[in-house]
Amino acid sequence: MRLSQMYQEIILDHYRNPHGAGLREPFDAESFQINPTCGDEVTLRVALKRDSTGEPVVADISYYALGCSISQAATSMLTDLVVGCTVADSMHIVGAFKHMVQGRGAVEPDEDVLGDAVAFAGVAKYPARVKCALLGWMAYQDAVARAVEAPAGPSQNGAGR
Amino acid sequence: MSPLDVAKLRADFPLLSRTVRDNRPLVYLDSGATSQRPRQVLDAERAFLEQHNAAVHRGAHQLAEEATDAYESARARIAAFVGARPNEVVFTKNATEGINLVAYSLGNASIGAVDAYAAARFALGPDDEIVVTEMEHHANLVPWQELCRRTGATLRWFGVTSAGRLDLDDDPISEHTKLVAFSHQSNVLGTVNPVKELVARARAVGALVLLDACQSVPHSPVDLAELGVDFAVFSGHKMLGPSGIGVLYGRAELLAAMPPFLTGGSMIELVRMEGSTYAPPPQRFEAGVPMTSQAVGLAAAVDYLNSIGMATVAEHERELTEAALVRLADVPGVRIVGPTELVSRGGAVSFLVEGVHAHDVGQVLDDRGVAVRVGHHCAWPLHRRFGVAATVRATFAVYNTLHEVDALVDGVRAAQTFFGVG
Repeated sequence: MRLSQMYQEIILDHYRNPHGAGLREPFDAESFQINPTCGDEVTLRVALKRDSTGEPVVADISYYALGCSISQAATSMLTDLVVGCTVADSMHIVGAFKHMVQGRGAVEPDEDVLGDAVAFAGVAKYPARVKCALLGWMAYQDAVARAVEAPAGPSQNGAGR
Repeated sequence: MSPLDVAKLRADFPLLSRTVRDNRPLVYLDSGATSQRPRQVLDAERAFLEQHNAAVHRGAHQLAEEATDAYESARARIAAFVGARPNEVVFTKNATEGINLVAYSLGNASIGAVDAYAAARFALGPDDEIVVTEMEHHANLVPWQELCRRTGATLRWFGVTSAGRLDLDDDPISEHTKLVAFSHQSNVLGTVNPVKELVARARAVGALVLLDACQSVPHSPVDLAELGVDFAVFSGHKMLGPSGIGVLYGRAELLAAMPPFLTGGSMIELVRMEGSTYAPPPQRFEAGVPMTSQAVGLAAAVDYLNSIGMATVAEHERELTEAALVRLADVPGVRIVGPTELVSRGGAVSFLVEGVHAHDVGQVLDDRGVAVRVGHHCAWPLHRRFGVAATVRATFAVYNTLHEVDALVDGVRAAQTFFGVG
């Protein structure tokens, strides 16, 4: 059955028990993304901090998402993968994830980079679902861009957008 | 059972015999988005292109004559199919363009670019209102939002009851109303709206009426003149015909008075460097070389539907709809969005499966070869009205079977099992 290739058990686990769900403060930037073909949406917040070398690091990702199992699980897994990473490393992960899910099933995912998110390789074979998998990830990319653009360093005021 | 021999009819549709997703027989329940085409339509297009193709309404050679005859014969057959006269049928690229044509024509009348008579009759300004409904497809909503934005007019709408009917008691039609635009049959709820009642209310205040007939013309007998609407649109690809062609119906005297939308070749009467005058309708609204094999194909689709009989089509689809409503109602956790009784109801069956997102239901169905639509079906405000982001929608056509309804219901149960909510 092809379904089990897409809906791997780990995806269903994240869907039933999403990690990091809910909107929290403080945060540095927020992004609202919508999938216009189905109406699914996500509001995602990013909080950054600086590590000992001054490098920006992802302190927290919090989100409210309305959507299918694929979009919910992908957003949940995003938080597992990038919270604690430097922003630069997280962008590397985002790039690898996009490359995999947009690869029509022809991209061999790198488990060292993507960890459990390699489970979404099956989604790549269903072009109509790629946007679902990317919804939260695009929100993250957008929120980080906004946070990094902010003139001051990591703000703790929780003002967001 | 209806007198229709569906198995024999299905043999006319090559696509319906293919398999999908690891050799599953295709169960195509997405005809509300686009229908499949019988060989008779494909053959008509091919025969036209192989024997008669030329630019219509130009040229005096034999092919040009034959192509023009084929094009105008198609117009006459399509017009007759909906109770219209040939000069009341304008070919557009799709129904969306037909609605935009009317919206832009009214907009052009509003900016004073035409004669005083047309301006007085069709112009919109800040005191005017356009009335739509909350159940409209985006195609019959966004063009009116835009027209209001351009002219300063105000958009108002009928709400929808929780049963999926128009709330006729809360009537936004007033002496300010210039146009009432609504769907004949909702593409989500299946609701068939009371056209004559709405026409009467519009007439009482002197407003024009535009009917979105995309989901009614392919599925039941429709006589636009008898319904009394001023304008109507429908699309070829939803009625066993080609894509790239839609129809705008307009009452002859209205089309004759309206300013053009798209301008250019073949829609003119006289052109000088200082300005131009325009051809009578329908040519006034068909600028450029039109789609021709598509018109021929759509006329072949009309012939095909006529050979079955639209009453037979409607009866067959009524049985499918009834079966879907009854059998889905038997599945715990399934909620129909739209009327559950068959009164004033067509064959769009949208539903929610508790605990499983519509996308995920659709994926399980797809895995079993069942093609449905998932999402908001271009009716986002309507989904918002029902407090949901997305529904699963099954839509039927004359070639569907009761066995396919069973495949749908079995697939819904399988989705519940797969996601552990069954």
